[in-house]
Amino acid sequence: MNEKVLLHFQDTSADLTDIEQYLGEGGYEATRKALTEYEPDGLVNLVKESNLRGRGGAGFPTGLKWSFVPKDTGKPVYLLCNADESEPGTFKDREIIEHDPHQLLEGIIIAAYAIRCEIAYIYIRGEMALGYKVLVKAIADARNKGFLGKNVFGTQLSIDIHVHRGAGAYICGEETGLIESLEGKRAYPRIKPPFPAVYGVFGCPTIVNNVETLACVKHIIERGSDWFKSIGPEGGPGPKLYCVSGHVRKPGVYEAPMGTPLRDLIDRYAGGMLPGRTLKAVIPGGSSVPILRAEETAINMDFDSVAKAGSMLGSAGIIVMDNTTCMVRALRTITHFYHHESCGQCTPCREGTGWLEKLLIRIDSGVGTDEDLKVLDSVAQGMMGTTICVLADAAAMPVRSFLAKFADEFEAHVRGEDCRADAVHRRVA
Amino acid sequence: MHNGEQPTPHESVAFSEAALAEFNDIVSRYPERRAALLPTLWVAQREFGWISTTVQAYVAELLKLPIAWVEGVVSFYTMFYRRPMGTHHLQVCTNLSCQLRGSDEILDAVERKLGIRCGETTKDNKFSLDRVECLAACGGAPVVQAGDDYIENLDVTKTLELIDRLATGKES
Ligand SMILES: Cc1cc2nc3c(=O)[nH]c(=O)nc-3n(C[C@H](O)[C@H](O)[C@H](O)COP(=O)(O)O)c2cc1C
Ligand code: SF4
Repeated sequence: MNEKVLLHFQDTSADLTDIEQYLGEGGYEATRKALTEYEPDGLVNLVKESNLRGRGGAGFPTGLKWSFVPKDTGKPVYLLCNADESEPGTFKDREIIEHDPHQLLEGIIIAAYAIRCEIAYIYIRGEMALGYKVLVKAIADARNKGFLGKNVFGTQLSIDIHVHRGAGAYICGEETGLIESLEGKRAYPRIKPPFPAVYGVFGCPTIVNNVETLACVKHIIERGSDWFKSIGPEGGPGPKLYCVSGHVRKPGVYEAPMGTPLRDLIDRYAGGMLPGRTLKAVIPGGSSVPILRAEETAINMDFDSVAKAGSMLGSAGIIVMDNTTCMVRALRTITHFYHHESCGQCTPCREGTGWLEKLLIRIDSGVGTDEDLKVLDSVAQGMMGTTICVLADAAAMPVRSFLAKFADEFEAHVRGEDCRADAVHRRVA
Repeated sequence: MHNGEQPTPHESVAFSEAALAEFNDIVSRYPERRAALLPTLWVAQREFGWISTTVQAYVAELLKLPIAWVEGVVSFYTMFYRRPMGTHHLQVCTNLSCQLRGSDEILDAVERKLGIRCGETTKDNKFSLDRVECLAACGGAPVVQAGDDYIENLDVTKTLELIDRLATGKES
C-alpha cells in the first residue's frame, strides 16, 4: 500500500492536532510557499494542471471552479469549506478534521489567497462536537503563529477562518442550502443560476469546497501537480479517501490512489466479507447513488470508471451488503432518510419522498401489491430532474436501481413469499 | 416533559456576562447580524438547556429579528431542542450502515430497558431517546451518540452496559 498523505497521522507518532508537532513535520511550509512565491492566478493554474476534482460528490474540477470567481466586482469574495458530511455511508472528512486539522487549514488559506478571499468559514455539521472543538483550537493556534489574521506570513495579506456549526439538517450539505443556513435562515437550496461563484453568501462571489478537496490543495502545493497527476487516472487523479462500511470485517476509512479496484478496497483494505458470508451488493458512493450487484463490482473507483458502470463515485461511501441483506428493507431505510431530509420546497420532492417511503413500508410489511411496485418506479421517475436541488434525484436513483437490479426480491415480497435473504426483519417503525 | 404534554417555557431568560461577551464576539465574525443566528442559538441552548418560546423571543431581541423568523429557523434544525432533554440524551443511528450491523436490535433493547419510545424522556428525567440519521461514523457502526460523544462498535450488551454506567454516574 502506498505512502499515506491525507491520513499521514496514521503513520506518524506525532500528534498533528498539536501545532508544534505539526510544524515539526514540515507543517505550514506549503502555505508559506504559496503565499510568498505564487501570484493568486498562478495557484489557480497549478490546481487546474493537477486535474483535482472535487471530493464532495460531484467531482467538479476545482481549479476551473475557482476561475469562475469574477474579478473587480468590488465585493468581498468568500470561501466556504463544506464540512457538513452527512451523506449516509460517508465518514472521511471527520477523519481529517479530528486528526489532522492543520492540513485542512493550510488548504483553506491557500485557496483563499488564490481566489482573493479574506474571510473563510468552515461549515461543520452540528453533531461533530469534537471536530468543532479541534478546529476552533487549531485556528486559534494558527492565529497565534501569525498564519491567520492580518499580515499572514509577514505579507500584506489578511486571511481569517471562522467555524460555523450546523444544527442537524442534511440539506445544509448542498452548497446553496449551506449558504442560506450560514446566513441564518432555513437551509432552502437556491435555484441555480446564478451560481455561488457569482452570487453566493451575503450576495458575494463564493466558492464552496469539500474538506478533502481543500486538504488535497495543500499537498499539491507541497509536491507539485505532476506528483498529483501520477496517482491514478490522469483525468481525475490524486490520493483518495474511501469509506468502507457494512458487512466487511474491518470497516473504516482507507487512503488509496484514485482508481483503486473496488474489490481491493473490500477484500484487501477492509479485510473481506464477514466469515461465512458472500457479497450481494455494493453502493459505491454514498446512499444516493445506484447500487451494483456483486457481479458488477469488478470496477475501478474513480469518477469516470464508476460512471461507466452506471453508478457514481459520489462521496466514496462504499456500503457493502452480504447475502443476509433484505433489499426491500435496505431501500426502505434509505428512502426514510431522504423523506426525513427533504426541505419541502419542491412538490415532487416533498410529496414524492413521502410516497416512496409509504410504498416501501407497505411492501416491507407484506401488504404491498404488484401495482405498488409500478407506482414506486413511476413516482421515482417523475421526481428526477424536476426540482431546485438534486436531493429528489438522490432519493429516486436508489429506488430505480434497486427495483431494476433486485426485481425478483421485490416481486417475492409482494407475492407474500418469505424474504429470500436471511435478513433481520424485525423493527417496523 | 413526558409523553405528549406541552413543555412549560422558561419564565424569563438572559445571558450571563460571559455568554454576552461570547455573543458579541460571534456577531463580529459576520458582515450581517442575522448570520449569527445559529451560533447564538447554540449558546442559548448551552445556557438554558433547550430552546423554549421564551428563549426564541430573547434571541430574536438580541439579533433584532422577528420572533417568527427565529421560530422558523429553530423548527428547521433537529438539534435545537424544543423540549427539555433528560440528563443523558441518547441518539441511536438507524441509517443503513448501522442497520446492517444490528442497530435495530440496539434500539429495541434500549427502548425496553428505559421503558420509553423514541422522542420520549424517562419519568426521572435521566434519559431522553431519539433515533438519528447517519452520524458520519459508519466505520464504527453501530453507533450511539450520548450527549456530544460518539460511542462506536456497539452491540446490545455493550449498549445496555453503557446505559448502566451513565445511570450510576460512572460516565458523564
Ligand atoms: C443533497 C446534497 C447534499 C450534499 N452534501 C454534501 C456534504 O455533506 N458535503 C460536501 O462536501 N458536499 C455535499 N454536497 C455537494 C455540494 O453541493 C458541493 O457540490 C460540494 O461541497 C462542492 O465541493 P467540491 O467541489 O470540493 O466537491 C451535497 C450535494 C447535495 C445535492
Ligand atoms: S429537491 Fe427537495 S431538498 Fe432540494 S430544494 Fe427541492 S424540496 Fe428541497
